[in-house]
Amino acid sequence: MSGHSQYKPKSGFAQWLERRLPILSFMHDSFVSYPTPKNLNYMWTFGAILSFMLVAQIVTGVVLAMHYTPETTLAFDSVEKIMRDVNWGWALRYMHANGASMFFLAVYIHIFRGMYYGSYKEPREVLWILGVVIFMAMMATGFLGYVLPWGQMSFWAATVITNLFSAIPVVGTSITTWLLGGYSVDNPTLNRFFALHYLLPFIIVAIVALHVWALHVTGQNNPTGVEVKDLKKDTVPFTPYATMKDGYAIGAFLVLYAWMAFFVPNYLGHPDNYIEANPLVTPPHIVPEWYFLPFYAILRAIPNKLLGVIALFLSILIAAALPWLDRSPVKSGSYRPMFRKAYWVFVAVCIGLGYLGAMPAEGVYLWLARIFSFYYFLHYVFILPLIAKYEKPEPLPESIDAAVAAGSASHA
Amino acid sequence: MDINNGTQKTPAEPSRRDILYIATGAAATVAAAGMVWPLISQMNPDASTRALASTEVDLSTIPLGQIVTVKWRGKPVFVRHRTPEEIKAAENVPLADLPDPEPDSKRVQKPEWLVIIGVCTHLGCIPTGKAGEFDGWFCPCHGSTYDVSGRIRSGPAPSNLEVPLYTFLSNTKIKIG
Repeated sequence: MSGHSQYKPKSGFAQWLERRLPILSFMHDSFVSYPTPKNLNYMWTFGAILSFMLVAQIVTGVVLAMHYTPETTLAFDSVEKIMRDVNWGWALRYMHANGASMFFLAVYIHIFRGMYYGSYKEPREVLWILGVVIFMAMMATGFLGYVLPWGQMSFWAATVITNLFSAIPVVGTSITTWLLGGYSVDNPTLNRFFALHYLLPFIIVAIVALHVWALHVTGQNNPTGVEVKDLKKDTVPFTPYATMKDGYAIGAFLVLYAWMAFFVPNYLGHPDNYIEANPLVTPPHIVPEWYFLPFYAILRAIPNKLLGVIALFLSILIAAALPWLDRSPVKSGSYRPMFRKAYWVFVAVCIGLGYLGAMPAEGVYLWLARIFSFYYFLHYVFILPLIAKYEKPEPLPESIDAAVAAGSASHA
Repeated sequence: MDINNGTQKTPAEPSRRDILYIATGAAATVAAAGMVWPLISQMNPDASTRALASTEVDLSTIPLGQIVTVKWRGKPVFVRHRTPEEIKAAENVPLADLPDPEPDSKRVQKPEWLVIIGVCTHLGCIPTGKAGEFDGWFCPCHGSTYDVSGRIRSGPAPSNLEVPLYTFLSNTKIKIG
């Protein structure tokens, strides 16, 4: 986006390296001189927060793996050993477990920010789809990791989720046996879940690199949704402006993260997971972690096993089709009165589904879950296309610079 | 100098080299597919898992009316010593009342012994015995109820509790698997 690199290596070594591997100019262009729209609000700092969380999870995860034993008779005890005997083990485990929650909190804000400001629209479709792929890889990683402590919830989460594949006609049971490496969740399952839980984050790093690459080709979206017209007037260099702002936001986010990890580390956990896995007893109420609850509610809302599983997967995959479901030429929700209302109803429905996912699947909860699930899909396939057709957007600012000038004028 | 001068074949005529290319490509494809197979197959149950695939149960220790849970292939198997009333109740259910119609006689080898895999056919939880509306089993996770034949009667589960392969070794002993 910034055109040919302006970077000039100064030292002799930098010049020597630059001729052989132009990594210094690449870093400079991506993280120093990279032009950033000057009107970004704090919703745009979650990309940096997510990068930070990904590194934090990998660092705490790698050191936890040095103390963990992926064997059914030892796994639960090895986690208790981490909590009691390993130096700082309790802190590392709580940081990792709550880090997953914070990671998902940040990714949900990041996704909903993209939905509000139309960050999925042309020319950022590939960037958006890569984001959906990252989200699915995160979900897989979160699930695999949850199984490792080998508590009751871990064991039954593994059983229930792998049983989803048994809904596939004809070959479902064989596929489930293949996934488990046995006839039920057991040692082979734990071994492979551990191996995959360790592998997937590095694959996420690779997809994140593509995601950032795509971002740097198209340039960032911004709260007006108006593309950058004049680099000098509309943008500021990434460093120091975005670097400092992202740094501040990460600091604020860390306050919440540290509070979770140090003061209420088990608040989002489930007491049943401090009971060692028992294949012969099911906990009376199986619930996933909070970040999966809306999807779990959709799964349970449909009174047919196969269709429920299909709806669960579709509810995530459908996000990838957003660029083609919402054809409005105006990107930002700030200038779209009808879209804005529908957007907040959709947010409320997602939160409602999350609440219903935590409730027992019976009575009024089940019916509400059905209505909300229906509305969830209705929003994507019906409401968004209709709004794009009939809505009359408010006038857009001429440029990012003009929007900023008007904003500061009104405050003066 | 044109090295093909006068000897170049038209594209329509396959040369010896074309055949070699195709043969090499085909061999490489087969070899690659062959290499992938061990990577897929290693995920299936290993020899030690398969070796433990059958279990024997002594029925003489199970009093009338009781359910005993045995572990088989890592899953619970319910062996229920059914009372005459329970047998009658199971046999008298009209098939039209069942979401997954199956007569009781198809599900048992001897009417007093019901042997079923204790895994809810919805999402794999373990139902509790002698509970629910039909006094068979009740799954606490999502509320599926099963009758004294282990057939699904209400709730989200799509099918009856599965009957494993088993044989009567004697009047008081069965082998599951």
